[in-house]
Amino acid sequence: MINMKDIMETVQMIEEEHLDIRTITMGISLLSCCDPDIDRSCQKVYDKITTYAKDLVSVGEQIEAEYGIPIINKRIAVTPIAMLVAASGGDPVKYAQTLDKAAKAVGVNFIGGYSALVHKGFAAGDRELIESIPRALAETEFVCSSVNIGSTKTGINMDAVGMMGKVVCEAARLTASRDCIGAAKLVVFCNAPEDNPFMAGAFHGPGEPECVVNVGVSGPGVVRAALTKCPDGDLTDIADIIKKTAFKITRMGQLVGAEASRRLGVPFGIVDLSLAPTPAVGDSVAYILEEIGLAQCGCYGTTAALALLNDAVKKGGVMASSHVGGLSGAFIPVSEDAGMIAAARSGCLRLEKLEAMTAVCSVGLDMIVCPGDTPAEVIAAIIADEAAIGMVNTKTTAVRIIPAIGKKEGEELEFGGLLGSGPVMPLNQVSPAKFIQRGGRIPAPLQSLKN
Amino acid sequence: MRAIITVVGKDTVGILASVSGICAEHGANIIEVTQSVLQEMFVMVMLVNIDHLSGGINGLSQSMTKMGEDKSLKIHVMHEDIFNSMHRI
Repeated sequence: MINMKDIMETVQMIEEEHLDIRTITMGISLLSCCDPDIDRSCQKVYDKITTYAKDLVSVGEQIEAEYGIPIINKRIAVTPIAMLVAASGGDPVKYAQTLDKAAKAVGVNFIGGYSALVHKGFAAGDRELIESIPRALAETEFVCSSVNIGSTKTGINMDAVGMMGKVVCEAARLTASRDCIGAAKLVVFCNAPEDNPFMAGAFHGPGEPECVVNVGVSGPGVVRAALTKCPDGDLTDIADIIKKTAFKITRMGQLVGAEASRRLGVPFGIVDLSLAPTPAVGDSVAYILEEIGLAQCGCYGTTAALALLNDAVKKGGVMASSHVGGLSGAFIPVSEDAGMIAAARSGCLRLEKLEAMTAVCSVGLDMIVCPGDTPAEVIAAIIADEAAIGMVNTKTTAVRIIPAIGKKEGEELEFGGLLGSGPVMPLNQVSPAKFIQRGGRIPAPLQSLKN
Repeated sequence: MRAIITVVGKDTVGILASVSGICAEHGANIIEVTQSVLQEMFVMVMLVNIDHLSGGINGLSQSMTKMGEDKSLKIHVMHEDIFNSMHRI
């Protein structure tokens, strides 16, 4: 038998340290649903999703019961809907409503893919879809949206960046009575991964197979608990502990993913090696950084500590899984992380520091609440800055920022559930309007002469 | 298929008897038991064969949880594979 210490370690990870599988996400290609008639196209989309994903939730629950490991979310990612709009024309919101209905029918808690990929320019359907995002998010419950506006190979589409500044503000305005939740379901990417299982940025990329199962693991609590057992080790020891812990967490993701894929009869895609925090006490990435030795997340040293954490998580996880993909790394969503919320409230964690952190971790400016009267150009410029970091560093970056309509610095938004709550953070409001209004494209960066 | 049952709680008379009673009720064949008592804390790990369960692993797990709640014990029933994959390369 496996030794008792190992067994009790696993039980403790699940029971006390919030180890869980964060999400099983089924990616479904909707390319076969293209039709010149939008209503027929919507019907095909609904039929396909409800056929392919009909057992997703029940299989997830079975695995959860049998293996004794919590699987928090079952989700669906689909082909970027802009591609279907290109063929059908019509009001894209019809697709959002169809996705919402399908998500409800199969019982998943989010469906991602109300998306457009416009990093080099707009094709048919892209503008229509982007303009419809605020309405789509206001009129649906489960739909998540994302737009890729830049990449290392193509540069940044600044026309799209300008549009997204307005779209983010409008998405928040249309859902102002529901804590601006619309903007919390919208991600603007640079170098978006096609196989990301995490919301709100999940979509099923055009290079993906017909149907696939991807898994996202979690476990900030486990990493932190492991580090508390080494109060005096140096940073080499710390990196080593994180690697070992990440290995164990990822092995579990691999097991669950392979089992889900077998039972659903769908190929297994990737494990996303992520440390995804939740607002639950103890399940925080900020607390890991504080355990490493920072008095509070946001102080000087945060970027270096996060770089160490992010790299060690990947090194440990890569060996544990047959295929790794998605975002893979530490997430830093402010409103979803108890330690980040506390640091933002106290003023120790500021937007400038978060931006620096995104240069070394797996995502970008995530779940940040800003004053409701922030001009669209300022939001667009934040998106442009973040995309530039991703473009130049050949990594994914993203922005999910929520203008808190009617609220000012010091007040808070309460989303509830996994999305948590966040204080309104101050922004530098000096106008970048002219820069944004110029539009055009920022050319792709050199891949040599890197200094 | 094999599962691992872990029991943690304050040491009292009859814990092993209750747990093995439920195993018998559900048709889970006990293969191996390890237990220790440390400062009145009772820790037991049991390896069982679950090929012929009467009510599936869910049924076994629910009965164990219920008994655990009655006796203030934390009981988990988990598939053996999860430990194999996590702790063995």
